Amino acid sequence: MAVTHEALADEMFHMVSEYYGKKNLKAGDLTKAMIAKYGEAECTKDDCKAAIRILMDSGRCVYSYFGGSFITLPHKEGAAPD
Amino acid sequence: MADQKRDTKLLDELEKGPWPSFVKEIKNASKTSPVCDDLLGQLELSYEEKKGHWKHGGIVGVMGYGGGVIGRYSDVPEQFPQVAHFHTMRVNQPSGWFYTSGSLRTLCDIWERHGSGLTNMHGSTGDIVFLGTKTDELEPCFKELGEAGFDLGGSGSCMRTPSACAGMARCEWACYDTLKMCNDVTHQYQDELHRPPFPYKFKFKFSGCPNDCVASIARSDMSVIGTWKDEIQQDDAEVAAYAAAGMDIQNDVCANCPSKCMKWDGKKLSIDNHECVRCMHCINVMPKALRPGKERGATILIGAKAPIVQGALLASVLVPFVPADELMDTLKELVSRVWEFWDEYGKNRERIGELIQRVGMSNFLDAIGLDPIPQMVTAPRDNPYIFFKGEE
Repeated sequence: MAVTHEALADEMFHMVSEYYGKKNLKAGDLTKAMIAKYGEAECTKDDCKAAIRILMDSGRCVYSYFGGSFITLPHKEGAAPD
Repeated sequence: MADQKRDTKLLDELEKGPWPSFVKEIKNASKTSPVCDDLLGQLELSYEEKKGHWKHGGIVGVMGYGGGVIGRYSDVPEQFPQVAHFHTMRVNQPSGWFYTSGSLRTLCDIWERHGSGLTNMHGSTGDIVFLGTKTDELEPCFKELGEAGFDLGGSGSCMRTPSACAGMARCEWACYDTLKMCNDVTHQYQDELHRPPFPYKFKFKFSGCPNDCVASIARSDMSVIGTWKDEIQQDDAEVAAYAAAGMDIQNDVCANCPSKCMKWDGKKLSIDNHECVRCMHCINVMPKALRPGKERGATILIGAKAPIVQGALLASVLVPFVPADELMDTLKELVSRVWEFWDEYGKNRERIGELIQRVGMSNFLDAIGLDPIPQMVTAPRDNPYIFFKGEE
């Protein structure tokens, strides 16, 4: 049985948390990691797209921009005034 | 109410001359907007110190979207508290930039409620640009925009807001319905527009004819330019009328034809259509006498970009001719193959054109399942990356 979108979102959240502050992850990095883990038969790019949407809509992750766009944990904007 | 006595002697220089001046407009706006008054102050400081005072925000945006908001903060917020936050919102423009005066008023009213009131109509990508708001105002502004039928555009590593020329709505040269294509592509790829999935930005631009009024051949990763396959439609009586009216057809039309495919014997204009490169010059000069052919469609090109990380690139032909009624299906199929390849092999901040340069056009074509054809070659012996085998 294919892995559920919610389970993929949890897995991605775990990965983003693990790499937080060490490496910026793009949507493509998360997608490739999930496909490598579960195989293309169990986890497609569209599944990963849906999982990322769950992550964003729930507010557990946010997009950040630093040259390109990355997925990260919500945090206080470094450039924002106190 | 803002103080009109702010000293802006350096900015004042930018009001001189016969040209429109953003300083003049910001000063006008500052009569009712304290944000604009502080903006003038910070700009004047930048000119005095020859130093920019904006910092780029990284995570501001609206819930669920990864594009459409560009974060800006002042690095001198104590001096100019009204512009401590000065984020930009990109709003997806209507195809071809058609508005009613009512919709323009709606946009301006929303922006006066939630931002500085300053707009840029339009940004270089084509979006309606709202300049200057605070983080707390982003969601309420987005909500009101949505209720008025508008959505945010793309930014970051998204598919950027597609743009199109006015097309068939106003232009008789349009060889396909650019407005419909732009609208359809915008709806087809909503996810890619709002949730950045790519190594870097990806732009679509749709031009109805080779005049390329939206500069798609220079500015878009995937460029769709209207063209025709058959012969230029010619009205000999109108050609004669142009000659009788004093037009120098030999020098102004034939001599300027890049492929020299036209001849004028003083009475009759002859066109060798097989040599025509669809440059539009003759049609532009004699619009009553010459028209694009009847078998219309578009050429799909790939890989253009303006200089940012690397230098500028012009687009290369990918598909020389697609009939107008097959355009959307062909584009979707092509886009899925191109994005698949880019996803797999693109480096961070590498545009598709740069990836093609890095791996070679031959390998790229092979990967997306297209055969090299002569129309992809700019000029004989010009494309060293395509080699035809003996039997071809």
